[in-house]
Amino acid sequence: MRYHDPRPVERRSNAPGSPAIISLTLNGRPVELDVAPETPLLWVIREQAGLTGTKFGCGIGACGACTVHIDGTARRSCVVPLSAVAGRSVTTIEATASATMQSIRQAWLEHQVPQCGYCQSGMIMAVAALLESNPRPSDEQIDSAVTNLCRCGTYERIRRAVHSAAERLGVTNA
Amino acid sequence: MRKWTRRAVIGAGSLLGGGLVLGVGGVVLAPNRLRIRPDDVTEGPHLTTWVRITPDNQVVAIVPHCEMGQGAIVGLAMMLAEELEADFESVRIEEAPAVDEFANGYILRGFAAEAGIGVPQWLTRAVDYATFKVAALGDMQLTGGSTSTRATGVYGMRVAGAAAREMLIGAAAARFGVPGTELSARGSRILHEPSGRTASYGELASEAARIRPPARPWLKPRSEFRLVGTSQPRPDLPGKVNGSAEYGIDVALPDMLVAAIAQAPVPGGTLDSVDASLAESMPGVRKVVALENAVAVVADGYWQATEALAALEPKFGDAGRGSVSSADILGEHAAALDRLGAAPGAPADALNVAAEYSVPYLAHASLEPMAATARVANGRCEVWAGTQDPLNARRVAAEAAGLEPDDVAMHNLHSGGSFGRRLPGGFDYVAQAVEIAKSLEPRPVKLIWSREQDMQHDYYRDVVLMRMQAALGADGRPVSWSSRFTGMPFMDTMAAEPFYPVGESDLQVAEPPVHLRTGSWRSVAWSQHVFFMESFIDELAHAAGVDPLAYRRRLLANEPRHLAVLERAAAMAGWGGALPPGRARGVAIAECFGSIIAEVAEISLSASGDIRVHSVDAAVDCGYTVNPNQARAQIEGGIVFGLSAALYQEITVRDGAVVQRSFPDYGMIRLATAPRIRVDFIDSDAELGGLGEPGVPPVAPAVANALFSLTGERLRTLPLRPAAAALSPA
Repeated sequence: MRYHDPRPVERRSNAPGSPAIISLTLNGRPVELDVAPETPLLWVIREQAGLTGTKFGCGIGACGACTVHIDGTARRSCVVPLSAVAGRSVTTIEATASATMQSIRQAWLEHQVPQCGYCQSGMIMAVAALLESNPRPSDEQIDSAVTNLCRCGTYERIRRAVHSAAERLGVTNA
Repeated sequence: MRKWTRRAVIGAGSLLGGGLVLGVGGVVLAPNRLRIRPDDVTEGPHLTTWVRITPDNQVVAIVPHCEMGQGAIVGLAMMLAEELEADFESVRIEEAPAVDEFANGYILRGFAAEAGIGVPQWLTRAVDYATFKVAALGDMQLTGGSTSTRATGVYGMRVAGAAAREMLIGAAAARFGVPGTELSARGSRILHEPSGRTASYGELASEAARIRPPARPWLKPRSEFRLVGTSQPRPDLPGKVNGSAEYGIDVALPDMLVAAIAQAPVPGGTLDSVDASLAESMPGVRKVVALENAVAVVADGYWQATEALAALEPKFGDAGRGSVSSADILGEHAAALDRLGAAPGAPADALNVAAEYSVPYLAHASLEPMAATARVANGRCEVWAGTQDPLNARRVAAEAAGLEPDDVAMHNLHSGGSFGRRLPGGFDYVAQAVEIAKSLEPRPVKLIWSREQDMQHDYYRDVVLMRMQAALGADGRPVSWSSRFTGMPFMDTMAAEPFYPVGESDLQVAEPPVHLRTGSWRSVAWSQHVFFMESFIDELAHAAGVDPLAYRRRLLANEPRHLAVLERAAAMAGWGGALPPGRARGVAIAECFGSIIAEVAEISLSASGDIRVHSVDAAVDCGYTVNPNQARAQIEGGIVFGLSAALYQEITVRDGAVVQRSFPDYGMIRLATAPRIRVDFIDSDAELGGLGEPGVPPVAPAVANALFSLTGERLRTLPLRPAAAALSPA
């Protein structure tokens, strides 16, 4: 097994006092950030935006606890530099509006999925992206699309809850 | 069930503004149990342990346990509400603050008394047991050992609920001028049926508080349970599906700084030198803090701290252990067993079976890495963190701050997994946060360990080496049994003791060599000994030429509870029934933490020769279940936890330091590799057993036994690496 070093090979040359204002849309609202552009999106979300639902698990994109949507695609925010999302739309677990998110949350509660819950923000974001692109995924499709880690071992319930959420969405959309 | 098994003291008090508060301890507790500590409780002056009934008829269950994923607090509130006859819809649950009045050391005293020893056995790995004093136990507020429900629930919550109910009935009897025997309690109200008069608990609470608490309240027989045994949802879950639940790592305070840390790679090593100048010139960096065995960078944000930490080139000593490898450590374990001497010889006419087993170091790898926030200012210290014992963490913080525990406020937050990592003995992250904050006084500092630091500076499940030997008589049953193993004298011997009739048994334990620091890992000694025992029993079955399930049944013929779980798990899995080609089943059984559990695994080998576990069927006898859906969740989670260790996990040592760094090289089950899990509970009406840990131990031997059945290959070390897989490209 290979270990991927989390550290970028090139060190940044961030001269203090050289602000780089980066604009993006966060949970539907425009934001401007004065943060070093190579800062991982995860830490901008948690520390600058104060949205702590997106979790730090490994910093190397291995566990998925930091999963968010970038223009609707599930991405691991700990390995996405802020500069990569300039002008784009970022959605975190705190976003409440979409029918997909609502259905997933309801299914997660119905099946009492979370244990410690630390992975579940990322898990739900990964599942939301899956259901947006594939409204009725098979077990195999769920397994290959959602590779996040859950240390408490809630996988069996996650699978069942994904199917429940898909059914709810199907009814909602019908 | 109504047997009063422990002496208890119940005390009552009045709420400011009316209402009843009630505390009860499983054994005699501090005399100041009801002392009011206005500054410790955010909601104003009130209170004591366990239950509070307010004038607006709200029942508040106050639970002295930590939420780290196990969901036990709901069950505890259910047990209280059951006896209290409270309307569960209106019961609110509060986690007790980290102050002495909410200590739950009674759990440990009770266990210590039961076991007749000074230190509770399942805790011995978590403490420096050489200097450990039972006297200190009273200051604990511990969540561990699968004890919340079976100790606090049985000896605390039920009794508090029953006592409060009797006091409320007494208050109603006085108010209505009727005998108490004509009154009944239901749905948070007292009813006088003959006259139709009723009063809510809230209306009666202040009067009830003036009644002397009954010394031995009447406890319901199980046949009268209405709430206990139903599945109730967890109140913390809505916050865990919308990102609002606050974990230790999520604390945000005004003016807070963030720290990253690098610790001496070799255990015992100290920080020799570090040049802080480059790091301190980097953007956002406030300070480089040198600790005895670590260096931390404090910055405005975590990324800035991490970047600056990477620019440091700290020099750490290696305490003379910089050349130690895993092979050396295992060699020391073998030498320790050699010193015990050979096992007694087997009778000449018996069939002798002998085998050597081992397990590696394991990390807890909770998904939330260690994190703690501290503020030291004006002779006070405040700490925010997820722990399994906030009172003990408070003491650690006080020591680090050079203050008295009373000068420290400990805020315990959700833990993103614990599994034993956050037990007493493991509060290094709390002490570090306080030490760092001391040098930044008065600003709060949040210390976040990187995943790599978390993986390489754990309190590991220890390496264990086991040599087993058994002699089988003509009927295939063991006539003698010996085991020689490394481990802790009390606990490992308890876990290594066969519950099978094995004839003459001879168990000897050798103190293991010390290299990495060790701690409790979910299911503690049973995580290794059930693997050894249940693999070896399988070896004996095959040596005797008997089906492994039939062999266990035969040996356990006089153990009805064991037999029942075995047969249920076997039936669930269709033991003996036809399987698709390339598949096989294995079975294992464990008795631990007051519960009995059997698991059957069905496996195959992938094209690359790796083990694929398709299903695990588990049958559990924990007496009865309080909150069945959460009970099931604990077993499901335990199975996955155990399976990750069985298939992938191993912490190794090279050049004195831990090799593994993060999840890529410390594997875990994912959705794609997660088996179907079915869990069934057998209601034996025995004393309540624990559930947080018993799911873990049987899965590794069940899978190993299935592999033997499939390929004839007996793997005696974890993780399980079939020969076929070793040959295939990684």
